[in-house]
Amino acid sequence: MKVLVPVKRVIDYNVKVRVKADGTGVDLANVKMSMNPFDEIAVEEAIRLKEAGKADEIVVVSIGVKQAQETLRTALAMGADRAILVTAADDVHTDIEPLAVAKILAAVAKEENPGLIIAGKQAIDNDMNATGQMLAALLGWSQATFASEVAVDGDTATVTREVDGGLQTVKVKMPAVITADLRLNEPRYASLPNIMKAKKKPLDEKTAADYGVDVSPRLTVVKTSEPPVRQAGIKVGSVDELVSKLKEAGAL
Amino acid sequence: MHFGLSEEQDMIVNTVRAFVENEIYPHEAMVERTGQVPLELGLEIKQKVIDLGFYACNFPEEVGGAGLSHLDFTLVERELGRGSMALTHFFGRPQNILMACEGEQKEKYLLPAVRGEKMDALAMTEPDAGSDVRGMKCQAQRDGGDWVINGSKHFISGAEHADFFIVFVATGVDDTPKGPKKRITCFLVDRGTPGFEVREGYTSVSHRGYKNYILYFDNCRLPDAQVLGEVDGGFAVMNEWLYATRLTVAAFCVGRARRCFDHALSYAAERKQFGQQIAKFQGISFQIADMITEIDAADWLTLSGAWRLDQGMEANREIASAKLYASEMLARVTDATLQIHGGMGLMDDFPIERFWRDARVERIWDGTSEIQRHIISRDLFRPLGA
Repeated sequence: MKVLVPVKRVIDYNVKVRVKADGTGVDLANVKMSMNPFDEIAVEEAIRLKEAGKADEIVVVSIGVKQAQETLRTALAMGADRAILVTAADDVHTDIEPLAVAKILAAVAKEENPGLIIAGKQAIDNDMNATGQMLAALLGWSQATFASEVAVDGDTATVTREVDGGLQTVKVKMPAVITADLRLNEPRYASLPNIMKAKKKPLDEKTAADYGVDVSPRLTVVKTSEPPVRQAGIKVGSVDELVSKLKEAGAL
Repeated sequence: MHFGLSEEQDMIVNTVRAFVENEIYPHEAMVERTGQVPLELGLEIKQKVIDLGFYACNFPEEVGGAGLSHLDFTLVERELGRGSMALTHFFGRPQNILMACEGEQKEKYLLPAVRGEKMDALAMTEPDAGSDVRGMKCQAQRDGGDWVINGSKHFISGAEHADFFIVFVATGVDDTPKGPKKRITCFLVDRGTPGFEVREGYTSVSHRGYKNYILYFDNCRLPDAQVLGEVDGGFAVMNEWLYATRLTVAAFCVGRARRCFDHALSYAAERKQFGQQIAKFQGISFQIADMITEIDAADWLTLSGAWRLDQGMEANREIASAKLYASEMLARVTDATLQIHGGMGLMDDFPIERFWRDARVERIWDGTSEIQRHIISRDLFRPLGA
């Protein structure tokens, strides 16, 4: 079985995000970029399926600017076999919207015929949480989102989902789209031999036009602003004072 | 000219940095408090590094290493410099000098060291022979076909976990026009060899947990098979293989300075006094500007030294400059960071006081700043006959 894993190049999760002065988005100039952490979990899950003999090839695909090639190399260094880069923008500030991404991924899936697509549940930049669901709909495949456990058996996958208030286990028929949640696994470090091998692994370069997908935006960003600054706390001298303060705040 | 890293180098940096942040940082406070690394923890780190293929990455592929270039390896050292040296010791970079192993020595020392089965320690310094290496008193005398060693070595790092030691010993004296000159030979000494003892050393202000030991030789008998390189050829192997260790000190200093700087930067941006962030005061912000300028300068000086080695170019003076400047830079950066933190910088709730203490040794070991200045100035003046 072939597993397809879409990966997105996003602002590194350690970087303190800065809003651009004109409020049109966040500043990405000279900022450290990395693989979306949920996508890293998806790549790890695919590698584990391969190690368990359930998958035989892992293809990673990234859609965005040319620099996303670095993200693909990282996935190859972790253990993916092959990569496809779909260039869809020139400017790092251009975000390709979920529907366009899903359409391109659907076209890639039709070419590649994977038995399974594992994606991150969302990207940490825009937190859209939409691409996986849209992709499953476009392909007419089953979907299991927010996976915290995946067991593949023949042509079905049993997926434990993290839902509000607990866990839900679903069984989906493959081919399917699974989206990875935080607790699915802990991604590995790239080993030194794999880092050295990554460059020799094939990386196909395509453009959005190759798949006939229009990536022009449908959404308009009205405003981007910093989250409100958290107010400093206060120290209380006694339990009585604590209780009265809590009552004042309406917490009791 | 191209100042960027390749994709591989970028991944090496990211991997080592993530490893240090996730596998080293969480244990640092404990190591500082107790002054030692529990052996199980050290072995656990070592095994993870072996699994990642980074163990002995400074060795060529033909002996089982990763065959990293000087530049790639310097990047590894730089990222390791962020973490506690007591812990990153288990990241395993055996002494390159083991490449001088011949015949059975390869099976007995070189290959097990590269595989992580045996750990090594290097012993050169003596109480009366620091910068003046040739002044060493530890000596070996011929007895039958063997060598008998007497004397001691101190400040021996890594001795705690070492299975064998690479020891430099005087094996004779030559009369030269400049006076008597000792001949030096390098020996491989197994832990447990009769007449050889490893004892706890001193308590150091720098790098707690990365302990130093004292080696004693009391009629320690060794056969010729334990000689590394040629008899009386100690300086030759030293110069061939230990030439670049100064670069690892420089790289350590750059990595450590960047970690320290991140604390200075974020603290200056958050800390408020007189109703505003202290970063708004030029007395603070200009210090920050000087710090990053010096760190970048040391970084490029260090990487260019490594690059010169990879190109097969002369690099002795450049490496000395990198070691000198990076270690002096780290002293200034850690001191300024502590000053920016004020009194809290001295408390062990923050790692700043530790960075400040650790920095002190970097100007001393692997050739003091004065020795580096000597190397640099001799390189410049020798051709002028001065």
